[in-house]
Amino acid sequence: MSDDTDLRRVPLDALHRELGARMVPFAGYAMPVSYPLGVMKEHLHTRERAGLFDVSHMGQVCLYGADAAGMLESLTTGNIAGLKPGRQRYTLFTDERGGILDDFMVCNAGDHLYLVVNAACKDDDLAHLEAHAGAGVRVESRFDRALLALQGPAAAEVMAELAPDSREMVFMDARPLEVAGVPCFVTRSGYTGEDGFEISVAAEDADTLARRLLAYEAVEPVGLGARDSLRLEAGLCLYGHDMDTTTTPVEAALEWAVSRVRRPGGSREGGYPGADVIAGQLRDGVDRRRVGLRPEGRAPVREGVELQDGDGRGVGRVTSGGFGPSVGAPVAMGYVETGFEAVGSRVTALVRGRGIPVTVAETPFLRPGYRR
Amino acid sequence: MSNIPTELKYTRSHEWVRTEDDGTVTVGITDHAQESLGDLVFVELPEPGGVDSEATVAVVESVKAASDIYSPLAGEITEANERLADEPELINQDPYGEGWLFRMRPADEGAVDALLDAAAYTEFAAEE
Repeated sequence: MSDDTDLRRVPLDALHRELGARMVPFAGYAMPVSYPLGVMKEHLHTRERAGLFDVSHMGQVCLYGADAAGMLESLTTGNIAGLKPGRQRYTLFTDERGGILDDFMVCNAGDHLYLVVNAACKDDDLAHLEAHAGAGVRVESRFDRALLALQGPAAAEVMAELAPDSREMVFMDARPLEVAGVPCFVTRSGYTGEDGFEISVAAEDADTLARRLLAYEAVEPVGLGARDSLRLEAGLCLYGHDMDTTTTPVEAALEWAVSRVRRPGGSREGGYPGADVIAGQLRDGVDRRRVGLRPEGRAPVREGVELQDGDGRGVGRVTSGGFGPSVGAPVAMGYVETGFEAVGSRVTALVRGRGIPVTVAETPFLRPGYRR
Repeated sequence: MSNIPTELKYTRSHEWVRTEDDGTVTVGITDHAQESLGDLVFVELPEPGGVDSEATVAVVESVKAASDIYSPLAGEITEANERLADEPELINQDPYGEGWLFRMRPADEGAVDALLDAAAYTEFAAEE
């Protein structure tokens, strides 16, 4: 490609090009959207064996200091103080109106908290953290580090060879591990609905580690294209599409990320931006909800498509949609107004002037492979 | 480099056109086009009937995105490749053969000559 000179390069840039990746601009980086295998086969391979994803564009941040958990709780909906050493949790940064500023993973890494935030939000998130870090908290960005995700049913056997202690980890465990002799920080989690690991590694070690992982017959490199179809089938939200500052955790059907202790009546209730709004919505309900959608037929129903009731009245909008290679049919998610959120509700999607019947469906669209 | 057969004509929107013995033309998308689109998962086939040159007549969708297919000529669409409804991957596997999209009778048979030849399309595809 000739037009990506202004884009930032991930540490594995040269490896991606060597592997024949199609590089595209994403969140300011040149990123591999697919490899010669193609999106469909990369997706299916991840579900059947294992895919190696480079997600080094995502923001890694460490918080040090005795007040780190308390400070993070003042900005998020999660139970951070109660997160045990070696455990990871999904949580949300909110704003004063209860809107979602970002969704992210946080680990208790013992002497610090380790966060992985979205690429497009990472500069804002870092500034947000620094603005709220008092004397008792030190915020250190680790944006220079690489992040690899090994995902799929064969991920565990590959990791067991390169890092035997990984066998002791279950879903959402986190620990420092040597992987193929390379010092890493590893979590048993991901963004595909499969069992797998995310591996944080120093930029200079990333190429060595990636090549060791790719040497396994079970492992194929997988790009961002398949990452998107995998997470969609798994019913996982994409920030900036399925939720943003105009949607609250309750509207986004992410109230499970509002920890019990942070809810009204909990031991550390409220105390984060928009807590009053979110508490009210937990009590009174909301006017719209994010739901899973199954369109009839083969035509994908994509982001931005309007959803209508039987009278042609707009009742919602698709926020993510495409063809699910493992489902073998189109899948989508979006927001519908109250009254249409129940599983089995029928709406119509307008695609190129034609009405496609759509049924509100359970997510995930496939049974996840997490090892709990 | 993708396959660009010399006996076909081409458009700047990456359709190929083959003139048949009976004066009708067969239309599909080029190898270059299917390669950049990636794995196709859905084809909205054209309806038979009259169309203008460059009218949107069909849509092909990959896992990631939808792309319009334009009529290379004015005329009448006579037939669509119904197999693509269940097997959109035929376009990826055999873009100039079993992955053809539709047949049409051009309003002006000479209009085909004005389309790009293989050399011109090769140059166009390389520059794009």
